[in-house]
Amino acid sequence: MDSALIPEGVKRAPIWQFLLAIAVVGAVLLWGVYAMLLCWIQGLNVTNMNDNYGFALWIWADLAVIALGGGAFFSGFLKYIVGKDELKNIINYAVLIGFICYSSALLILGIDVGQPLRGWFIFWHANVHSMLTEVAFCLSCYFGVLTIEFIPLILENRQLDRVRFFHHLSHNMHGIMAIFAATGAFLSFFHQGSLGGVAGVLFGRPFGFREHVLVWPWTFFLFTWSAAACGPCFTILVTKITETIARKKLVKDNVIYLLAKISGWMLLTYIIAKTIDTWYWATTTAPSMGFTLMDFYTGNSFYGIWILILEIVICGYLPALILISKKGREHPVGLWVAVILPVIGVSLNRWVMVLQVLAIPVMPFDHWALYLPSWQEVATTLLPVCYGIILVLICYRYLPIFPQERELNPIEEPPAPSEDVAGAAEDEGEEAEVEAPDQPMEPAQA
Amino acid sequence: MKEAKEGFKKFGMVIDLDKCTGCGSCMVACMAENNVPFREDESDKLRSITWIRVYKLDNGKPFPDYDECYLPRPCQHCEGHGGHSPCVSVCPATATDYDMATGIVSQIYTRCFGCRYCMAACPYHARYFNWWDPIWPTGMEKMLSPNVSVRMRGVVEKCSFCYHRYQRARDQAYAEGRREIEEDEYQTACTQACPAGAITFGDLNNHNHAVYKLKKDPRAFRLLERLGTNTKVYYLSSRAWVRQAGDNRLADETTAAKSGH
Repeated sequence: MDSALIPEGVKRAPIWQFLLAIAVVGAVLLWGVYAMLLCWIQGLNVTNMNDNYGFALWIWADLAVIALGGGAFFSGFLKYIVGKDELKNIINYAVLIGFICYSSALLILGIDVGQPLRGWFIFWHANVHSMLTEVAFCLSCYFGVLTIEFIPLILENRQLDRVRFFHHLSHNMHGIMAIFAATGAFLSFFHQGSLGGVAGVLFGRPFGFREHVLVWPWTFFLFTWSAAACGPCFTILVTKITETIARKKLVKDNVIYLLAKISGWMLLTYIIAKTIDTWYWATTTAPSMGFTLMDFYTGNSFYGIWILILEIVICGYLPALILISKKGREHPVGLWVAVILPVIGVSLNRWVMVLQVLAIPVMPFDHWALYLPSWQEVATTLLPVCYGIILVLICYRYLPIFPQERELNPIEEPPAPSEDVAGAAEDEGEEAEVEAPDQPMEPAQA
Repeated sequence: MKEAKEGFKKFGMVIDLDKCTGCGSCMVACMAENNVPFREDESDKLRSITWIRVYKLDNGKPFPDYDECYLPRPCQHCEGHGGHSPCVSVCPATATDYDMATGIVSQIYTRCFGCRYCMAACPYHARYFNWWDPIWPTGMEKMLSPNVSVRMRGVVEKCSFCYHRYQRARDQAYAEGRREIEEDEYQTACTQACPAGAITFGDLNNHNHAVYKLKKDPRAFRLLERLGTNTKVYYLSSRAWVRQAGDNRLADETTAAKSGH
């Protein structure tokens, strides 16, 4: 039915399977849309946030998806600036994942603020001292860059590529993509960092506050570093998940291993820096404010020292050591473990830097405050996840995201069927969709 | 940030905890004066708005050594360093500002878009979010103060040191050809409502104001002083455990309360 839209030389699931998947995920998405409308119409009182927890599940999700979307800027940086050309085979997917993550982050912010219609005030009445201002500017600009990086991929759809203007536009955009990749890397460095600075500058919150280098707290650099380390792990993870669901190899192992190796070294250096930061904070910064390390991890029923061990040792050193070892990253199970753990680790890091900061009592006569999100918050958080899955489903089906897919999964030419037979098979929807014979066109992407 | 110039005021408060009985008059007066919204069910204290909130402290000892103290906590109007209050420096839309001429941290309700970063920054929980639109009992809207704007859902609010009273006093002084206002011409609602006279308000820079002398009292301390918030609300207590409760200390640090000057 839609075979004319499917890239040449690849095989896709029957249309009914595709539509069924869209329908199932779409149902959850609609639930999220309903919750989102409740938040807008009835107000944030439908959430379980309160005056102690001004930031909650959404802001965590926001920071987490931005960190995980870091694979886009770092892969782009490696390919276009450092010159790791092999990564061209995964860069499309990294850009798509980044686009999904960043558009999700902007959507979440639109729901999270109390007066969404005044969102533009952050640009109009910008306070140059605020880390959130830097986040807003860099995030918006980088989303623009990601959109520019995503457009050529959309234009490579077989039917769009037939249009001469789109074909040349896509080709020329690829030609200047290095400029956007460099711009994206620059912007990402600052907004990933300024998201780290959001908690790091809070000198009234000893758990989040860090010493500064010039105007930036240490968390500024740690957030950028961790996004560059863990973002590519997420890209690999989503690629592996896609391969598992599609039941075929989409990216050659050497590409995955190269990205895994770079991620491993980034992760190892990050986690060493994080360890030093934690040590200095625990022994110098926090005591100067009257707190011991254990003050932050005792006196409540959830936040214990296990968080620090899980984040640094299990989700930091362990996967880093697996990834930097050739044997480890090339072991099928080892690679899965080594890309899942950093994703958990960086998400956990964002959780503590958003929620634990607020949970800890600062005044000596104050108390710990714990929080459980309402269903509206959960549904609204699932909304961008569902949107992301749907976009991946659509893009995978209709766009040549994986340049190596054809080579890795050659389709044996079936004997030329008569038009009637081909039409009947298509109508029944029992056979997998294969691209229709088409006139060859020059590929637009290098 | 603007530089503080000579002659600029620094309005502040000294609260004598030895006098405070915890009656809550300050909270009631504040709500009435500033049109603070309330709901039928106010049992969820993490969502109810009280610009000044009275905390109950105790020394953690069993009877007969048990002792307790009430501590009213308005916005501390932190100066930080050079006006970089914890909340002011983080607001992305400049919806809250530190006024160098008065030392008052303001909140511009019509500019706030409700990101709540300022609430995350404030260690005193002095900032409140309007989770609901205000709904007044029938007829009560006629009793609202015309000098203070009511706030809509989705914005943050907090104690303003009854800034509208300062504006009124200043206008009166100008009308009478005076450049300065007298100490008693600008007093906050909570100060005037306190039956025990525990709250004293005035210009911390003015040698003739009572707060100038009181802040130098040996019993004086400020909340979370070592964080560098540099607040303008001082507390007085003759009890050492109360003074110690004003800040976090390591076990091996001296138990002597820090003076708050």
